[in-house]
Amino acid sequence: MKDVAFGQYYPARSFVHRMDPRFKIVLSIAYIVAVFLVREFHFLGFAAAFAFIVIATAVSRVPFFKVLKSVKGILFFVIFSSVLQVLFNREGTVLAEWWVIVITDVGLLRAAFITLRIMLVVMGTAILTLTTTPVEIADGLESLLTPLKWIKFPVHEFALIMSIALRFIPTLMDETERIINAQKARGADFESGNLFKRIRALIPILIPLLVSSFRRADELGDAMDARCYSGAKGRTKYKKMRPTYRDFIALALMAGLIAGIVLLNGVLGVPV
Amino acid sequence: MQIVAENLSHVYSPKSKFAVSALKNVSLTIDEGEFFGIIGHTGSGKSTFIQHLNGLIKADKGSKKLTVGEFDLLDKKCDFKKLRSKVGMVFQYPEYQLFADTVAEDVAFGLKNFERLSEEETAARVREAIETVGLSYEEVKEKSPFDLSGGQKRRVAIAGVIVTKPEILVLDEPVAGLDPKGKKEFFALLHALHGGFVKTVVIVSHDMDNVAEHCTKAAVFENGEVWKVAPPKELFKEAETLAEMGLDVPVTGYLAARLAANGVKIDTDFTERDFARKVLETYRRAEEGR
Repeated sequence: MKDVAFGQYYPARSFVHRMDPRFKIVLSIAYIVAVFLVREFHFLGFAAAFAFIVIATAVSRVPFFKVLKSVKGILFFVIFSSVLQVLFNREGTVLAEWWVIVITDVGLLRAAFITLRIMLVVMGTAILTLTTTPVEIADGLESLLTPLKWIKFPVHEFALIMSIALRFIPTLMDETERIINAQKARGADFESGNLFKRIRALIPILIPLLVSSFRRADELGDAMDARCYSGAKGRTKYKKMRPTYRDFIALALMAGLIAGIVLLNGVLGVPV
Repeated sequence: MQIVAENLSHVYSPKSKFAVSALKNVSLTIDEGEFFGIIGHTGSGKSTFIQHLNGLIKADKGSKKLTVGEFDLLDKKCDFKKLRSKVGMVFQYPEYQLFADTVAEDVAFGLKNFERLSEEETAARVREAIETVGLSYEEVKEKSPFDLSGGQKRRVAIAGVIVTKPEILVLDEPVAGLDPKGKKEFFALLHALHGGFVKTVVIVSHDMDNVAEHCTKAAVFENGEVWKVAPPKELFKEAETLAEMGLDVPVTGYLAARLAANGVKIDTDFTERDFARKVLETYRRAEEGR
């Protein structure tokens, strides 16, 4: 379990790293919208989005393969959905036919289109998580969700819960490994037996883990109390988020991307 | 059972940026009957080493030899389950591994995993283990392990390890977090076990007083290598080198060094009793000479 690197933050000091996390979150959402704006089969729009990713990656100093690797996690999903498209789409000219399977040109195009769309979305959001620490993301979200305070939504607490959860994932992984080893040393076997047996075998891990999580939560609560934590009221930030020229340049670029895509959609009315 | 390691190596996360060479060509023999100390600062490889002893961590391919009694741990066909019943392992803060509804059930966990015994036999072995660690079976058997005190929890956890009657008992910082009385009682328990079915005790410790007081021999780990293996008597003579490695010597070691600086040489094995006796002898001799 030591091999699992949680989170994919890539430490560096770059243009993108130093952007305001709030801007990065909003721009990521805008980027997703932009990718979904691309009208069917206007692959040129995708090319524009891809160009945007290439530029963003270049100025973020993150190796490009890291961004590409983010697609790995959803590869199965992508392949699955495009195979379904190819096999069951019946629009357009038939290219090949066999038993219940009909392959059409539209089916192929649609598979390619959906695949590219998902990959572009994932790569774009990967840039956010590669250049922004989980804590920054939580801070950014807290700030962005501030309007929800009007409907009594506990924004600060929500953000705090999120950062605590993120903070404790590595700790709990270590703990899990320790408990697994301790029970293995007592002859526990997690690899054999039927499903029911294997689930039962997890009890000696889950219970100590649960107990220690509660203990940790208690301790953390006490430690926060001891330092007079009293919620969001009157709380200041150590790291103030302030938009800089970088954020406005990125904003302009994104506006350009969206405008370009909308324009392409209009100009090229007919599918390519 | 004798433990023999030759050129034992282990790298965590090999072939990645995070590769850490935790053990480098460690060669170490621990004879049966030893009360063996393993010392070294955090990250020196001592925990990695002890987890090799029952196969929780597998040695890297380049390692030459790792045997525990007749078990060849480098052999893929090694019966690790059987090995683990012979090599009991007590991790740091073992009380955190308790999980069952009752103390008796928790202690029986390991036994049931390793051996098929009748219910009466199991109960008898559980009773024996609980009584060995100094608790009253009748009093605690039906209790939830989570309702016990810290010291009692640790005892129950250890009962859960020794219930299989291991010949080798490996302990990682077993007295961490115990009060002085608890520590004393714990070592008394270890010595009692050492005289019984447990033939060899291997103990990882930061506390040099404990090592001087209880160990017959100790190995110093430094950066994944074994720097020295010697009885505490010899080891703690090198106070300066140990200090450079970020390690301590026992209090008696500091006192002996202070006396030596003032021209009083004391040849001690660094246990409290021996140190006091030798100092007293030197003092008496000086009195007589006056």
